[in-house]
Amino acid sequence: MFKVKSETVKFLSFAVCILLIPLLISGGYMMNVLVFVGINTILAVALNLLLGYAGQISLGHAAFFGLGAYISGVLTVTYSLNSWLAMVIAALTTGLLAFMLGFPILKLKGHYLAMATLGFGIILYIVFNETVAITGGPSGMSGIPNLGIASLQFDNDTKNYYLIWVFALVTILLSLNLANSRIGRALRAIHDSEVAARGMGVNVRFLKVQIFALSAILSAVAGSLYAHTMTFISPASFGFNFSVELVTMVIIGGLGSIYGSFLGAALLTLLPELLRAFQDYDIIVYGLLLILMTMFMPGGLVRGVPAILYSLLPVKKQGSGN
Amino acid sequence: MNLSQQVIQYILSGLSTGSIYSLIGLGFAIIFNSTGIINFAQGEFVMLGGMLTFFFLSVVKLPIIAAMLLAILIATSVGVIFERLAIRPLRKATPLNLVIITIGASILIRGLAMLIWGKDTHSLPMFSGNEPLFVGGATILPQHLWIFAITLLIIIINKFYFYYSISGKAMRACSYNRNAASLVGIDVKRMVLFSFAISSAMGSVAGIIAAPLTMTSYDVGVMLGLKGFCAAIIGGMSSGIGTVLGGLLLGVLESLGAGLVSSGYKDAIAFIILLLILFIRPQGIFKKAETERV
Amino acid sequence: MLRVEGLTKIFGGLTALEDVSFAINKGEITGIIGPNGAGKTTLFNIISGIYSLSSGEIFLEGEKISKFPPEKLARRGLVRTFQNIELFAQMTVLENVMVGLHTKSKSGIFSCAFKLPGHLKEERRIREKALYWLEFNGIANLAHVTAGNLPFGNGRLLEIARAMALDPSIILMDEPAAGLNARETAQLADIIVKLKESGVTVVLVEHDMELVMDICDSIVVLDLGRKLATGTPREIQENPAVITAYLGKE
Repeated sequence: MFKVKSETVKFLSFAVCILLIPLLISGGYMMNVLVFVGINTILAVALNLLLGYAGQISLGHAAFFGLGAYISGVLTVTYSLNSWLAMVIAALTTGLLAFMLGFPILKLKGHYLAMATLGFGIILYIVFNETVAITGGPSGMSGIPNLGIASLQFDNDTKNYYLIWVFALVTILLSLNLANSRIGRALRAIHDSEVAARGMGVNVRFLKVQIFALSAILSAVAGSLYAHTMTFISPASFGFNFSVELVTMVIIGGLGSIYGSFLGAALLTLLPELLRAFQDYDIIVYGLLLILMTMFMPGGLVRGVPAILYSLLPVKKQGSGN
Repeated sequence: MNLSQQVIQYILSGLSTGSIYSLIGLGFAIIFNSTGIINFAQGEFVMLGGMLTFFFLSVVKLPIIAAMLLAILIATSVGVIFERLAIRPLRKATPLNLVIITIGASILIRGLAMLIWGKDTHSLPMFSGNEPLFVGGATILPQHLWIFAITLLIIIINKFYFYYSISGKAMRACSYNRNAASLVGIDVKRMVLFSFAISSAMGSVAGIIAAPLTMTSYDVGVMLGLKGFCAAIIGGMSSGIGTVLGGLLLGVLESLGAGLVSSGYKDAIAFIILLLILFIRPQGIFKKAETERV
Repeated sequence: MLRVEGLTKIFGGLTALEDVSFAINKGEITGIIGPNGAGKTTLFNIISGIYSLSSGEIFLEGEKISKFPPEKLARRGLVRTFQNIELFAQMTVLENVMVGLHTKSKSGIFSCAFKLPGHLKEERRIREKALYWLEFNGIANLAHVTAGNLPFGNGRLLEIARAMALDPSIILMDEPAAGLNARETAQLADIIVKLKESGVTVVLVEHDMELVMDICDSIVVLDLGRKLATGTPREIQENPAVITAYLGKE
C-alpha cells in the first residue's frame, strides 16, 4: 500500500507541474510546441503499451494517428457532426479496425510483425493520399473546427495546451493503472516467458490484440485532438517517418516506462525546435539515436541516466573518510 | 494499342521492375539465411548504387564503367562497415533490438545521402541509348534488356557461387545449421561478413541498372527495399529461384494493377500482397522442398 | 483422473513417442521415469498443450483435452513446471506468484485502467493469496527480490509456488529435483507430499530415483518412446525389463 501511495504522489506532482507550466511561458510559439509535446506524449505512451509492455513491434502507428485525425476531420467538415461525437466515432472505428487486424497480424513475430505493421501503415498513407474526394489528398484538409465545451472554444494555444494535456494526463494515469494491475503483470509475464504465461492461463493472443486495439484507440484520440487544434491535416504527418519517430521516442524514454515515453516525446519534439538551424539533420540524429540507444542504453534514458549518475557517485560509506 | 497489347506491355515492364525486386529480395534472403536478421537497410544499398554512380559520373566526371564499379565498391564497403560496427557486437540482441538497429542504420544512411547530395532526383544515362524496340506489339527500351540480362547474370553467378564454390557452400552450411558449420571449422563470422558484402553489392547493382529508368534520389531506398522484401517473402526467403519468381510475380502484378486498375495505388499493391502472404502463407509461395530455413 | 491413450508423436523423421497409454490416479503422486531420450519431457509438453500430438487422445476427468492449448488447460486446473524453470525474470518473486492467480481473477483492461472498486478489492485478495503461497513454500522473505536474481533452488520453489497459486487439480513437474542439493531435495519432497495431502494430483518426471521411490505412489516407466511398465515403486524396482533398460542408476 505504501508503494501505491508514492506512485500517486509522483503522478500528482507531475500533473501539477504540467498544469503550472503555462504560467511560466510567455510567447505563443513555445506554447504551440508544448501542445505538440502533449500530443506526442499520448502517442508515445500508447505505443509503449504495445511495444514496451506487450513486446510487439509496430512500425505503422502513425496510421492510427492519421485515421483518428481524418475520420474526425471528415465527419466534422463534410458532415458537420459535433466534434466530440466525431472523436468518439473516430476512436471506436479505429479501435475496431485495429481489433480485427490484430488477430492475423499479431500471429507474426519479430521482423515479420515489423514489416506487416510497416506495410499496413504505408497502405493507409497511400489511401489518405489517393482518396482525394474524401480527404483532400496530398494538399490536405483544412477548416476543421476547434473543439469547444458550452461557450468555451479551444481556439488559442494556451487553451489547447490545457485541453491536450488533460487528455495526456488521463492517458498517463490510465496507463500507469494498467501497468500496475493484473493486466500489466500478465503483459510483463508474456514478455519474460510467453510459454509460462500461457501455462498460467494468460490468453496471450487475445490480450495482445486487446492492447493493440487500446493503443490504436488512444492514438486515434490523439489524431482527433491534433485535427481540431491544428484545424488542418495532411497525409505527410502520418507516414512512415513519423511512425519511426514514435518508436524512437519510446525507445529513448525507455521501453515499459510510462514517464519515459513522456521524456522521449518531449525530447524529440523540443530538440528539433531548439536546433532549428539544423532542420535537415534531424533524420540523421534519429538514426544515430536509435542505433546508439539500442547498443549502449537499451533501458532508455529513464534507466540509463540514473545508472550512469549512480556509477559516477563516489562510493559513500558510513562514517567519514577520504 | 488494344487491350492484349497493353497487357503484354504491362507484363514486360512488370518483369523488368520485378527483376530489380528479385535482386533486392535475394539480398534480404542471403543475409537472413546466414544471420536470421532482416536487414531493413537493404534498400539503402540500392540507393547508394544509383546515387554514387551518378555522383562519380556527373560530378567527378569518371567514365561510366569506372563510376559503376566504384559505386559498387563503396556500397559494399558501407555494408561491411555496418556489419562490423552494428551487427557483430550485437549477437545476443533481441529481435526487437535488431529491427531497431537496422532501421536506425537505414535512416542514418538515408540522412547522410540527403546531406551530401540533396533531395533532388537524378537519372543515369541509359546503358545503350534510348531507341525503343518492338516486341510482339509492345515497346521495350534497351535498358529493360540490360536489366533482364544483368539480373540473369547475377542469378547465375549466385548459383555457381553458392553451389560450386567452397565459400559459397560454407555459407549455405551456415544457413542450415550455424553450430554444426562452426564445428566443422567454418568461420561463421566471416560468412556473415560475406553475406553482408554480397547483399550490399547486389543491392547496389540493382540500383545502378534501375536508375536510368526509375531515377534515383536519396529516398528511393525505402520503397524499393520494402518491395524487395516482399519479393523475398513471396519466395519464402529462399536464396535462389523462389525469391526470383517472387520478385517477378510482384513486378507483374504491380504493373498490371497500376495499368488496369489505378496507378495511384500502385505502391499499395505490393504491401497488400505482403500482408496477404504474411497472414495466409508466411512460408511463401515458391518455397522449395528444402526445408527449415527459418 | 488423467488418462493417456495411444499417444504418438512424430517429429519429421523421428518417432519420439509411440502408442503410449497409461492412467494417473486422482490424489496420488505418480512418477514418470526412464533413461535419457525416453520421451518424458516430450510427453509432458504434449499433455500440457505445448506440442501437438500426432495421434492418440488425452482425457482429464473424462474430458478430452488432446488439443487444448496451455491457457485452456490452466483453466481446467492442469499446471506444469519446467525443467529449466521458466520464471518471469524481470518481475519480483511476489509478482510471479500473482500471475499464477491470473485465472482466479477477472478484472479486464477497462476495470484495471480506471481502477474500479471491484478491481481494487481483487488486487488486495491476489496479493494476500500470493503471499500465502510464498509462505507455504518457505520463501515469503524473498517477496520483493527480482526473480531473475534468485539462486536456483529458490527459483524452483518460486515456480512451484506460482503453480500452486493456480489452485490446480493436477500439477505436472518436469525434473523438479534437477540441480537441487540434498537438503533442497528433502524440502521439495516435503512440499510435494503437502500438495498431495491438500488433494492435488502430482505427476513427476524425475531422474532422482531415491526421491521417486520415496514419495511416489505409482510409477510409469518409458523407454525409447514406449511405455515399458507401470506399477508401485516396489513392483518397478523388481521388474527385470526396467532394470535392463536402466541398469538401475539414479
